[in-house]
Amino acid sequence: MWDNIFAVLIGMGFGFALEASGFSSSRKIIGTFFGYDFVVVKVFFTAAIVASMGLLYLSYFGLVDYSQLYIQPTFLTGAIVGGVIMGIGFSMGGFCPGTSLCAAAVGKLDGIVFLGGMFIGVFLFSESFPLWEKMYDSGSQGSKMINDAFGISPELFTFILVLAAVSMFYGASWVQKKVKKVEY
Amino acid sequence: MELGTQKNTTDMKKIKSDGTTYLNPYLGGVILGTVLLLAFYISGRGLGASGAVKNTVAATVNTIAPEHVEHNAYYCQFAGNGKEPMSNWLVYEVLGVLAGAFISGIVFNRLKFKVEHSPKITSRRRLLFALGGGLLFGFGTQLARGCTSGAALSGMAVLSLGGYITMIAIFGTAFIAAWIFRKNWI
Repeated sequence: MWDNIFAVLIGMGFGFALEASGFSSSRKIIGTFFGYDFVVVKVFFTAAIVASMGLLYLSYFGLVDYSQLYIQPTFLTGAIVGGVIMGIGFSMGGFCPGTSLCAAAVGKLDGIVFLGGMFIGVFLFSESFPLWEKMYDSGSQGSKMINDAFGISPELFTFILVLAAVSMFYGASWVQKKVKKVEY
Repeated sequence: MELGTQKNTTDMKKIKSDGTTYLNPYLGGVILGTVLLLAFYISGRGLGASGAVKNTVAATVNTIAPEHVEHNAYYCQFAGNGKEPMSNWLVYEVLGVLAGAFISGIVFNRLKFKVEHSPKITSRRRLLFALGGGLLFGFGTQLARGCTSGAALSGMAVLSLGGYITMIAIFGTAFIAAWIFRKNWI
């Protein structure tokens, strides 16, 4: 029972943070791809480095055990092909599942329609599953971690990630100043 | 003017053209990252969104046609045979997302029924592309076993290789595809 209560509370934090940052607006989200609003890059990568550094620290102090955490399993084919299809859907619709929920919650009709479209897409996949089953199951690497793929420690990888993220933040500010202003 | 621009970027809040206030994105990112960290610490798993859509579809089909679910190799992983797809951490989390976003909408005065679109296109065109985009995105989440929140963001938090690959595939493709669809946005 407490599991579900925490799930709701955590979800509320998630939804609040997303909406307050501007993720209920498809034109703000898509701004990264046209250089006029890099909110997606800033929020996404800040969150990624805070969470990954936080987990490394907690693990160092023995408060968290990575073997007990759910690590997104790697299925190479699905990860790439699914990601590409999502990328197309992202730039057509201007949302992803989490952001479309936030948009729907504040009354954005385009968010609600995107959400509806997702239900149809999931349904179509499920109904036609035999066509995709082989692709779905292929390229399994288990719960492989990216630092292992490069043969470095998780700490070193995270350090490099922080450097990369900070460079992107500076780059984003620079591009945003140079780009033609968009009214949105 | 230069000074004015600099002052804006250090303010904790920023005003967007629609007149409402948004958090400084780095603050938003810290809050989001902390929530993500809490999710792992308390529940052993990260955030997600598409999983709840999948569970809802599976549960709905199961209610209407349980024998079909039994014989479908995909649905039967999540529904039928005593499984309870709706009584699932992700489903509760998503309910929380809706509530949290709604509260933010109240706080920042953004509750409004509208179709947000570029003035260069019609509402109808925006909605058609939202529908098509959602359809493709939904399809993709199943192949990739997650979305930007579950596979990409949460995956990155635990240094998952699959999570990083999906993140790069999504954003890399979106950069190119956005250029193809640019007439809808700018």
